[in-house]
Amino acid sequence: MRVLRFLLNNILIEESGLPPDMTVLDYLRERKRLTGSKEGCASGDCGACTVVVVSLKNGQLQYASINSCIALMGDLQGRQLITVEHLADDGKLHCSQQAMVDHHGSQCGFCTPGFVMSIFALTKNTVSIDSQHKRKSIEHYLGGNLCRCTGYRPIIDAASTALDWALAGNTDQFSENRAATIQQLQALEAEVDTTGFHRPTTLDALFQCKAQYPDAPVVAGCTDFSLEITQRLKQYPQVISLSGINELGFIEQRNGQWCIGAGCSIAALLSTLGPLNADIADMLYRYGSTQVRNSATVGGNIGNASPVGDLPPLFIALQADVVLRSAAAERVIKLESFFQDYKKTVLQADEIISEIRFDSSALDCEHSVLKIYKISKRIDDDISSVCAVFYCPNTTVKPMVLTAAFGGMAAIPKRALELERVVSASPENMQLIGDALDKDFQPISDARASAGYRITVAKNLYRKFLLELKDTQAAHRLHHLEIDHA
Amino acid sequence: MPELTHESAVKHVTGAAVYVDDLPQAVEQNYVAIGGSEIAHGSITNIDLTEVAASDGVVDVIVASDIPGHVDIGPVFSGDPLLTSDKVEFVGQAIFAVLAITQGQARRAVSKAQIQYTPQNAVLDVLVAQKENITVRPPHTMQRGDAAATLKNAEHKLSGQFFVGGQEHFYLEGQVARAEMDEDGGVIVRSSNQNPTEAQKLVAEVLGIAMHAVVVETRRMGGGFGGKETQANACCCFAALFAVRNRCAVVCRLSRRDDMTTTGKRHPFFNTYDVCFSKEGAIEGIQYELNSVCGASPDLSDAIVDRAMFHSDNAYYLPNVHITGNRYKTHTVSHTAFRGFGGPQGMLAIEAVIDEIAFALKMDPLDVRKRNFYGEQTGHVTPYYQQVTHFTVPRIVDELERSSDYRNRREAIELFNKKNTTLKKGIALTPVKFGISFTATHLNQGGAVLHLYTDGTIHLNHGGTEMGQGLFTKVAQIVSAELGIPVSDIKNSATRTDKVPNTSPTAASSGTDINGMAAYNAASTLKQRLVDHLCEVKQCDASQLGFGPDGVSIEGGESLSWAQLATSAYFARVSLSAQGFYKTPEIYYDRENARGRPFLYYANGAAVSEVVIDTLTGEYKLLVVDILHDVGNSINPAIDIGQIEGGFIQGVGWLTSEELKWDNNGRLLTDGPATYKIPAIGDAPAKFNVSLLSDSPNAENTVMRSKAVGEPPLMLAMSVWSAIRQAIASCSVGSFPCLNAPATPEEILRCLQEVAEP
Repeated sequence: MRVLRFLLNNILIEESGLPPDMTVLDYLRERKRLTGSKEGCASGDCGACTVVVVSLKNGQLQYASINSCIALMGDLQGRQLITVEHLADDGKLHCSQQAMVDHHGSQCGFCTPGFVMSIFALTKNTVSIDSQHKRKSIEHYLGGNLCRCTGYRPIIDAASTALDWALAGNTDQFSENRAATIQQLQALEAEVDTTGFHRPTTLDALFQCKAQYPDAPVVAGCTDFSLEITQRLKQYPQVISLSGINELGFIEQRNGQWCIGAGCSIAALLSTLGPLNADIADMLYRYGSTQVRNSATVGGNIGNASPVGDLPPLFIALQADVVLRSAAAERVIKLESFFQDYKKTVLQADEIISEIRFDSSALDCEHSVLKIYKISKRIDDDISSVCAVFYCPNTTVKPMVLTAAFGGMAAIPKRALELERVVSASPENMQLIGDALDKDFQPISDARASAGYRITVAKNLYRKFLLELKDTQAAHRLHHLEIDHA
Repeated sequence: MPELTHESAVKHVTGAAVYVDDLPQAVEQNYVAIGGSEIAHGSITNIDLTEVAASDGVVDVIVASDIPGHVDIGPVFSGDPLLTSDKVEFVGQAIFAVLAITQGQARRAVSKAQIQYTPQNAVLDVLVAQKENITVRPPHTMQRGDAAATLKNAEHKLSGQFFVGGQEHFYLEGQVARAEMDEDGGVIVRSSNQNPTEAQKLVAEVLGIAMHAVVVETRRMGGGFGGKETQANACCCFAALFAVRNRCAVVCRLSRRDDMTTTGKRHPFFNTYDVCFSKEGAIEGIQYELNSVCGASPDLSDAIVDRAMFHSDNAYYLPNVHITGNRYKTHTVSHTAFRGFGGPQGMLAIEAVIDEIAFALKMDPLDVRKRNFYGEQTGHVTPYYQQVTHFTVPRIVDELERSSDYRNRREAIELFNKKNTTLKKGIALTPVKFGISFTATHLNQGGAVLHLYTDGTIHLNHGGTEMGQGLFTKVAQIVSAELGIPVSDIKNSATRTDKVPNTSPTAASSGTDINGMAAYNAASTLKQRLVDHLCEVKQCDASQLGFGPDGVSIEGGESLSWAQLATSAYFARVSLSAQGFYKTPEIYYDRENARGRPFLYYANGAAVSEVVIDTLTGEYKLLVVDILHDVGNSINPAIDIGQIEGGFIQGVGWLTSEELKWDNNGRLLTDGPATYKIPAIGDAPAKFNVSLLSDSPNAENTVMRSKAVGEPPLMLAMSVWSAIRQAIASCSVGSFPCLNAPATPEEILRCLQEVAEP
């Protein structure tokens, strides 16, 4: 019998026979009658189902908010799941709850448990908070929680109160029980998984599993895959998850390159590369939401081959390599040649994406410039209508050598080769630039934007890139305006 | 009064607040899924549900002919069949329904239906409907003076047209109802519903049973915003039908996509205007055509478009005015109530006109606004002949102009725009005057019931529903204020049709006005009985009695706790249960002649918004917002400010990021939160200053002299739309931007390109 073991709040749970495609939210609401976590969208877009998962990493507890509606039960193996019902300590509200009450942060109350859990996660991650920019941190942590009633002001105030409380070093039942929780989680390690949900812990085991279940989907953070279950109502008797394979989770510098494992989460990517480049940080803070970034992986974003990205345009512009592995072999190809057509890649059935690599100089050379522009209808948690990345390895070299890649402009994330060619000769001839982009891209119209808007914006973003190179004093982006939050 | 928190606040933050889908599962509980049309317009030629019925877990399948009673559930006019059997008029229109053991089984079964259609030409564009004059209801006209003649002879005139988009409610809790049968073949339905009485009536009609056999209960909604005024009823009817047919508990809950695809939204409008004005900017004559997109059926469109017309003056006197409101039919879901109920779409028209006049005359739009405000003695009659009295807009605007430092900031913005090429700023101050009362006069009634128990606690019930707006909190405060019993000893229980009957929807911002007043009347009745009782047994005079949280004290004598008082009255056989009723006085509307006093009073406010736009991408950011709003005497300032801030941001969403797109086949493209973007936390302005107008009791005799606050603040968001227009206009080489709503980045960029051309 294969058993899934995890802590549900402070109770050890052992489950066997759960459907492998069961979401954490359905489990909580239907099996455990813990109905505090709500279903608002079942697609990871509203945050009403937010819960916190606690993982043991290097002997420390890591608290991460996730969307339980798109998380699968098997991924809870060896972790603690904290739900809104468990925050109050013996009847005394947790600060993240009390602050919401005190600031009138709830109206209809349906989104409230999700907000409370995101604020709770914020209080548990104070090390990552820049206390000079608390409002920004709050927006980053709560950007994936939608509220239709309050207009957010009282929620921001509540989060600010809770954050101050945590920054002042206050403790709660979770910090007080830390040692015991670590012990409990350690005891849960190395367990195998529930029926049909395969969570190998080594690459070797993974390839064996793939060979055994060739039709099973291979998933990681499930932030996209789960929509097949919750939106398209598909059922999966077998699922292979990469989330247990620690050897895919790295992000490190090796031989003058940044090497990023496919299992590296977007959150880890952000915390490592964000401090090195403001544009990468800005873009990644707008990649999904905190809940999505905590689950989603670099490999997943490449593997699902969305026409938008947002990582592929960045990596393509940096001329990154992608490493594809099978049981027998490994091959390294340019990422730009990985994508073939809409949702079609060169990945073979027996392969997985294992790693992304690009030259470190892109981020640490004083003459290199990397500009990323993510254009969407909404600032937080929105898929780009256009994502443009311009990379110039050395601005002192004339004529300019530029690599440019776009998301949202074609069936695949794609390099703008014609633009690059024209730029090397006539970087400021907007007529030629425009013609080049017309040759590079024939975008489509969809729910997010029209083809006309996309191509116009693509041209304008190159113009903006030039402006930012030349006129570094003026603000050319909305979020570069100094805003006083007083 | 103290700023009490929402009565459910602690339950909200702990997850203990129970919504319909959180109710304990019954032993036998099954789930509904609804099968809808795949085409926008046509007739059904064959329905084959064999595979649906054979699908895993399916318990029951119904089509229209299985409905024992009425098939049509249209709230005012017919046109909304619960299940259609012949013609289909929008994608997703319900054709059959499935009951299965699990939610997933029901939804998967639905996809196995084989339905054949003969497609017909679908009208999806309001301009086509206008050209072919396809309507759901006849037009209505309001007029005063002679607009046509004034326009003909005018020196300064302009005309224009613009589209105003609709809006998805996106209540976080989707449509849901749960039904159980009772021993007599009746049902109790628990529903997330703004209108339990209508649900009761429709369930009774659909089942073909008496209204007394149906109880509808609503404890709370996870948001309503008008979207659960008529649109919640179908789920109630399906759940009730299946519960009775199968003698089990039934949950009917729509997935987010089904909710967005199959329930109505705010009406899109296409507004046109011809206006003339003096060289000082005073409007002399105006002609409007307000063309609404109603979708496939009338639903509430008659009243909604009337309200658009009632508000196309906003705060301004229109000396010669002619307004036509058209109700065009399209083959999309039928549009419905949404906070503001047509008012916002009408109001935006006059604000658009004012901005354009100001541009033409090179004036500050605020000066044009002020010049046109309703007067006190003259120029105070609306296009429907109601006199505007106690008009607080001029005072609000003066105070806000100063507190927001509007003039200096406008100058600073001009300077900023001269210095910056990529980013441009804009600022605008817009007022709101919103009429309070249902325009359907009979709905302006409320009921309440109070029970005082012998331990001195109160059970309170009234006809209003709680959707987050704090109604239950406010009504408890009203009862507490009248009786003296602390709010903590007053329990406001779930709205139920067997407690207070024949209620009106909780809508039109009227919840507190009518139900609060009814509860106040009940409390007064109860209090009088207690006073009479005390005077009799204690041989004292009413003037000697002092009621408070601890009970009653008799001047110069003893004190009784509430428990002692209630017990004493009980033993003296005094009825401790009181009913209260309220009907709004003095209002009427003669629709035939388009004259009357449809509103008891007006709610007022104003907002200043400052935005910055990116001229290369059309992106924008809302920087600073200052709001001053008149809620009369506030019953609960924290709740009122919550309504103002929340309404404002919801309005910002409507006018900026919330874009509904249908494809050429009438299929909604923006059918989920991945593509339909309501404001998120980063859209809240960095500075958000909201104040309540001081010392402004309602001149009408409303409950505690308060003013309604649910809908009016939504329209304060017009300031954002105007500010964006000002920012675009700063790049103009001649023309004023014709900005459609919503002002998405794409729309803003389109306008920027337009005004850049000479």
